[in-house]
Amino acid sequence: MKLAYWMYAGPAHIGTLRIASSFKKVHAIMHAPLGDDYFNVMRSMLERDRDFTPVTASVVDRHVLARGSQEKVVENITRKDREESPDLVILTPTCTSSILQEDLQNFVSRASIETEADVLLADVNHYRVNELQAGDRTLEQIVTFYMEKAKSNNQVLTQKTKTPSVNIIGAVSLGFHNQHDIAELKRLFQDLDIQINQIIPENASVQDLKKLPSAWFNFIPYRETGLMTARYLEKEFNMPYVDITPMGIVQTAACIRSIQQLVNALGAAVDYEKYIDEQTRFISQSAWFSRSIDCQNLTGKKAIVFGDATHAAAITRILHQEMGIHVAWCGTYCKYDEEWFKDQVQEFCDEVIVSDDHGLIGDLIAKTEPAAIFGTQMERHIGKRLNIPCGVISSPVHIQNFPLSYRPFLGYEGTNQIADLVYNSFTLGMEDHLLEIFGGHDTTEALSIGISAVDSINWSEEAQKELNKIPGFVRGKVKRNTEKFARDCSKNLITLEVMYEAKEKVSS
Amino acid sequence: MSTAQSDALTFECETGNYHTFCPISCVSWLYQKIEDSFFLVIGTKTCGYFLQNAMGVMIFAEPRYAMAELEEGDISAKLNDYGELRRLCLQIKKDRNPSVIFWIGTCTTEIIKMDLEGIAPKLEAEIRVPIVVARANGLDYAFTQGEDTVLAAMAQRCPLNLKNQSDNTSLKTSPHIPLVLFGSLPDPVVTQLTMELKKQGIFVSGWLPSKRYTELPVIKEGYYVAGVNPFLSRTATTLMRRRKTKLIGAPFPIGPDGTRAWIEKICSVMNVKPIGLEDREKAIWASLEDYISLIRGKSVFFMGDNLLEVSLARFLTRCGMTVYEIGIPYMDKRYQAAELALLKATCDKMNVMMPTIVEKPDNYNQVDRIRDLKPDLVITGMAHANPLEARGINTKWSVEFTFAQIHGFTNARDILELVTRPLRRNLSLSELGWDVYSKQS
Repeated sequence: MKLAYWMYAGPAHIGTLRIASSFKKVHAIMHAPLGDDYFNVMRSMLERDRDFTPVTASVVDRHVLARGSQEKVVENITRKDREESPDLVILTPTCTSSILQEDLQNFVSRASIETEADVLLADVNHYRVNELQAGDRTLEQIVTFYMEKAKSNNQVLTQKTKTPSVNIIGAVSLGFHNQHDIAELKRLFQDLDIQINQIIPENASVQDLKKLPSAWFNFIPYRETGLMTARYLEKEFNMPYVDITPMGIVQTAACIRSIQQLVNALGAAVDYEKYIDEQTRFISQSAWFSRSIDCQNLTGKKAIVFGDATHAAAITRILHQEMGIHVAWCGTYCKYDEEWFKDQVQEFCDEVIVSDDHGLIGDLIAKTEPAAIFGTQMERHIGKRLNIPCGVISSPVHIQNFPLSYRPFLGYEGTNQIADLVYNSFTLGMEDHLLEIFGGHDTTEALSIGISAVDSINWSEEAQKELNKIPGFVRGKVKRNTEKFARDCSKNLITLEVMYEAKEKVSS
Repeated sequence: MSTAQSDALTFECETGNYHTFCPISCVSWLYQKIEDSFFLVIGTKTCGYFLQNAMGVMIFAEPRYAMAELEEGDISAKLNDYGELRRLCLQIKKDRNPSVIFWIGTCTTEIIKMDLEGIAPKLEAEIRVPIVVARANGLDYAFTQGEDTVLAAMAQRCPLNLKNQSDNTSLKTSPHIPLVLFGSLPDPVVTQLTMELKKQGIFVSGWLPSKRYTELPVIKEGYYVAGVNPFLSRTATTLMRRRKTKLIGAPFPIGPDGTRAWIEKICSVMNVKPIGLEDREKAIWASLEDYISLIRGKSVFFMGDNLLEVSLARFLTRCGMTVYEIGIPYMDKRYQAAELALLKATCDKMNVMMPTIVEKPDNYNQVDRIRDLKPDLVITGMAHANPLEARGINTKWSVEFTFAQIHGFTNARDILELVTRPLRRNLSLSELGWDVYSKQS
């Protein structure tokens, strides 16, 4: 047993559900007790999804414990098939159901005899993999299933497109700024004159997966989701892939060069150097911004970075290479990817931390006392407590990290967004200097007379105590309303009774 | 006036495919209520993920709750439960020094049959911190029923005698058989309801739960008990059977009608003639008129997820709304008997059809019915709220009713504030003419 207050990555089935619900016409059925369908709330709230999340539960209750859930699972799968006519139904076990050790694969086989839809059992072990690993595996599983199916029907489209083309793999529901990133990648590939063959899984149809091999190569923007699929496609269909995340000026250039090398090897003759130079120096603002005198103030400032492997590695590189910021340490909670992560960031920071214990991260931040933190929502809250500003750069995130406006982290527009984020996270340069010179903010007490100070209305001790229990942000209003009410009925002592009478009679 | 169109209440039961919170969510309000407690949820990553997401920012305020996250070794019994729990509880004792540790059993501890009730007394004796076990799992319960399992376990821990005779005064001066109320409410609401009864000369000798575990009320054989929430049937049963108390079966003090009926019932049991209650209720109704005029004649559909549904439906019927359906996770017809009777009486009085009460609803079927009925308001969980709004249907998140102050005369306005909010907001938006925001049917 582990004493845990908070976790960076969720349980495995969340990863499976994120993949399943990203595809069009794929329905996931969770083999889970009542209340485990919290994923639907997250989709509906965080992503503000307009449509019903295509996830239902086959509820595990006492009856199921006594009799097994065979009939119920099969019935739920066939029912969804009738109701929604999906292309694919994915049955996913949860932590709880996986210890029942029921033969879910058997239920899936039985159900698929009766359904129009294909039926798959998600292959994830809840006690060994987390949300991210499970997502990666589920995507590979679905792609493999449909490629094998197409192969046996001789339907695989292996004929390559005439001009260079790409599949973008890893656009996932509830991913950090994913939708904006994908839009930015589309723009990038358009600029490079590379046709987009397919983007999976977000908004893709499983029926189209057989067309994947007609692309020249695969592109994996995020470490966490898509690599397993890319490796499968490489092995089976000899498709190369690029997995350099185009985050930051330097890495975006590296990514584009890698693409160039790859398509040229396949027979194209492209030279992207001019494009990179033009974008870097004149279209994107961030390279110039780093050079501008304002950004000089950031030189040598101390920061720490923590997040998933993709984002933490990329941001560390940007801070160090592109902005001259001192990264005291950088870390990730993706423990399973430790080797890659260390390799990526070692030379850009003093120390590398790999841990999923937020207590340890909090203590480290307190000890380091950086000028700014770049982390997840957890680090933002740690920063709040320690009065250190924080820019959120990675999941796990809250609803404010699903902005309506265009905020990619990838590509050239992404570099602008990141530069703003970094700059705004530090105390502004000039303000910083002035505060130092004048020894802080003006501390002269403002002369003001509060409304309640005009006449003396007393609060009984009981009422005062009650008032103090009211949350701070409404306390002032309650106090004013109550005092106004007391004044109106000429009472000069506010007791508990008066307080509640006021609440009943003064409509707020 | 009362040409009753309805006969008896109709109950239906569907498939139980509905969305609700896991009952372990009770931890989030109970740890705040019981100030010297620590809640340890013994479960998996799934439980932890739910708690951390559902409780949002609260998690960052150094909560007095944590997960005992089960690992593969725990599941396969390679590790010894007693040893593991002992290690964790000693650490909690060292770091937080609570007066009580609650163990919240989950689906997983049920399935692997971890003997929490057996381990607790031994460990309690060893580490000298009381350990209370509650099985608030999703195999058996929904959302607010979690609190019921915790209070039922706590009821057993209430003292039979006061240790300190000097603070016995309140009991001695009580002119009637002592009354203990059960149900966790925010402190201001506790004060309000206590004062409301005091006005009638009825003294509340204690609340289950109290602010601190060390202040649990004395409960002796023959005492009266009354519930303040509709989801506390196990607690009621425990208090009657195990503690030999007498349950006052009353409607719940939600809405001015419910509050009056609740007080009246308590008064009648105590042989007290209520004073000024009728006027008080009238005055409250009058003060609510601005909100009621917004919902009078409108229709409402409860999808059902927190067991407050019958009481809220009864109150909204009295406000002049038509209730199409009362979805509810679980219906204890005995514990809620007085509330159901008041619902029926209210329907008769307002001359509206009795709504169907649908136990263990099926959300898919409900959405179908909502499409047909087009109610003016759907009270529903967060999984369905946005999709319904996108289809032009006004919704109110049901969860807010469990966290807002809704009990007593004083807070009737807060219920209507919640109920009318979507109507007030969408009134202005509908003038823009964009009612449907989804391309799906």
